[in-house]
Amino acid sequence: MLHTINKSPFEKDSLKTCLRYAEKGSSVLFIEDAVYACTKGTNFEKQITENQENISFYVLGPDLEARGLDNSNLTNNIEIIDYKGFVKLVAENEKTQNWL
Amino acid sequence: MEDQELESGIVKKFIYVNRKAPHGTIYAHEALEVVLIAAAFEQDVSLAFIDDGVYQLKKGQNTDGIATKNFTKTFGALEMYDVEKLYVEKESLEERGLSEDDLSVDVEVLASSELKKLFNESEVFFNF
Repeated sequence: MLHTINKSPFEKDSLKTCLRYAEKGSSVLFIEDAVYACTKGTNFEKQITENQENISFYVLGPDLEARGLDNSNLTNNIEIIDYKGFVKLVAENEKTQNWL
Repeated sequence: MEDQELESGIVKKFIYVNRKAPHGTIYAHEALEVVLIAAAFEQDVSLAFIDDGVYQLKKGQNTDGIATKNFTKTFGALEMYDVEKLYVEKESLEERGLSEDDLSVDVEVLASSELKKLFNESEVFFNF
């Protein structure tokens, strides 16, 4: 299962709820304002690293760049993908769930 | 009637309170448009950035990849409109792992207790 999140973690609980439901072997992709959840030095860094054993985390590169962020700002082991990678993830997963 | 008001030279202390991240919604962009209107009427304009609003001022934003206008460049031009009072809440920066060095323009970083005083001195509020 692919989970996508598009809301800022400071405004909404989408990340927290998504992680409560995401099962082992699933993928989580951060897009739009959710990319802020991937930044170091926030409370969300821990929420992600604690789950990395079971879940693969991805972030959409163009949305990072739009917000002035790059690899140096990110929590470790989050893979940056482009739109093609986004399509590939959707194709690879039988189902996609969007957390708004 | 309106012309008289515009020419009356009444200047009020306007404050724009920005709490939204820049690109996911239209709020930040719209706020900036309204700031420029107040500036055109030569009002005393201050901008406050709180919560996700601090992300509006993050350095190095490039929206080519998401095909939207990079309105955040306008922050660098506010000086030309005599809009020079930009305040950023210290707590919001810290919560996001950011510091003043991460910001694209000169600002004054204030603790919420100090920002509260600024709010008390302001006369007209625009919250985005």
